[in-house]
Amino acid sequence: MCLAIPAKIESITDGRADVDIRGLKKRIGLALLPGAQVGDFVLLHAGFAIQRIDPAEAEETYRLLEQTGITVT
Amino acid sequence: MSGLDLEKYRDPALARKLVARIAALATAPASLMEVCGTHTMAISQFGIRGLIPKAVRLLSGPGCPVCVTSLGDIDRMIAIARQPGVVLATFGDMVRVPGSAGSLAAARAAGADVRVVYSALDALRIAVEQPAKQVVFAGVGFETTSPTIAATVIEARDRGVGNFSVYPAFKLVPPALEAILSGGRVGIDGFLLPGHVSAIIGSRPYRFIAEQHGVPCVIAGFEPLDILEAIALLLEQRAGAAGASVQNEYSRSVPEQGNPDALKILEQVFQPVDAMWRAIGTIPRSGLGFRPAFARFDAARLFDIAAAPASEPDGCRCGQVMMGLIQPDQCGHFGKTCTPSDPVGPCMVSSEGACAAWFKYGVTA
Repeated sequence: MCLAIPAKIESITDGRADVDIRGLKKRIGLALLPGAQVGDFVLLHAGFAIQRIDPAEAEETYRLLEQTGITVT
Repeated sequence: MSGLDLEKYRDPALARKLVARIAALATAPASLMEVCGTHTMAISQFGIRGLIPKAVRLLSGPGCPVCVTSLGDIDRMIAIARQPGVVLATFGDMVRVPGSAGSLAAARAAGADVRVVYSALDALRIAVEQPAKQVVFAGVGFETTSPTIAATVIEARDRGVGNFSVYPAFKLVPPALEAILSGGRVGIDGFLLPGHVSAIIGSRPYRFIAEQHGVPCVIAGFEPLDILEAIALLLEQRAGAAGASVQNEYSRSVPEQGNPDALKILEQVFQPVDAMWRAIGTIPRSGLGFRPAFARFDAARLFDIAAAPASEPDGCRCGQVMMGLIQPDQCGHFGKTCTPSDPVGPCMVSSEGACAAWFKYGVTA
């Protein structure tokens, strides 16, 4: 039930954001992430953006995974 | 999705390297508990148990909110749904969970107006569109979900919606982990901590697990590489000299401080209360009740329905499964008298229940 999916904010009006979820368009609540901006990737859960997804952190974690994986084999 | 490539977190070649790293670390038996039902489902779906050495046991914890909703709360939600003029709005997972007599689905079949919604905002919309109805939202979920409902309650107040309320049956994760650890009934060598609960509460509330109980913790994402990496980190913590800590594998979605705006909204509307966990018992300050300023949105107060004492179905061992004491296939009902189409207990009903995940993906210990 804690499933949350990535969505990209395309526009913001009246405390709601229009987001793109792999081509699916949806209008979601922004009350929990008032600082979110157009272009941000967010985690969508139960109709609300609950957190930002940081693309730089996603890259960094993957880079570490690649490195640690290689050192063992 | 340009600018964010999460597909590579499923890369098979890298997964094999992580599996090799785990195998090298699995020098002694280890029991790791995944706390979150979404992890339970991902571990079964991606066949993680089949990839890692048998010495590493993955135990499911109490992280399926539907599973831990008490019989009394389900009975009261059903009783509210049966009141004339009420629309009971709920997340889909709750509908088939058996109470002591029937489920919300059975109540709906008997004429109650039970509607499945995706968000509390959908329930609020029903209330606005149907002012003659009393719309009650079944408030179930952990810290990931409860802020969305708190925000909806604030919106209802600000818009002056008088026919919307919430039956609060929320649960908090850290007190449940404290209860498992202080119960002392199961040896746990590490916790795979829930990524999306942590996206709200951050990493600090788990520190007591590492600092006071000496148990390693890793906050993990939900892709296969996230889970494998978290398992490797837990085993490394156990083997290392530095002692247990709370590591964050899921930093792309979990800042250390969580989401302070969401926590502020949650604390504005709700306050911690003692809560009954199905098949586990009462855990102090592990639930959320309305603060006095929002009491008029409290369906438990508005409808004041007493539920008769209820007992679990004969032989159901969901409680032991959720505390990590047994694996699902150690229950006599599992796969025989208890299946997803005809469940005995809540762990087989919710798609995130450990028993349902084991049954669906053919997991064996």
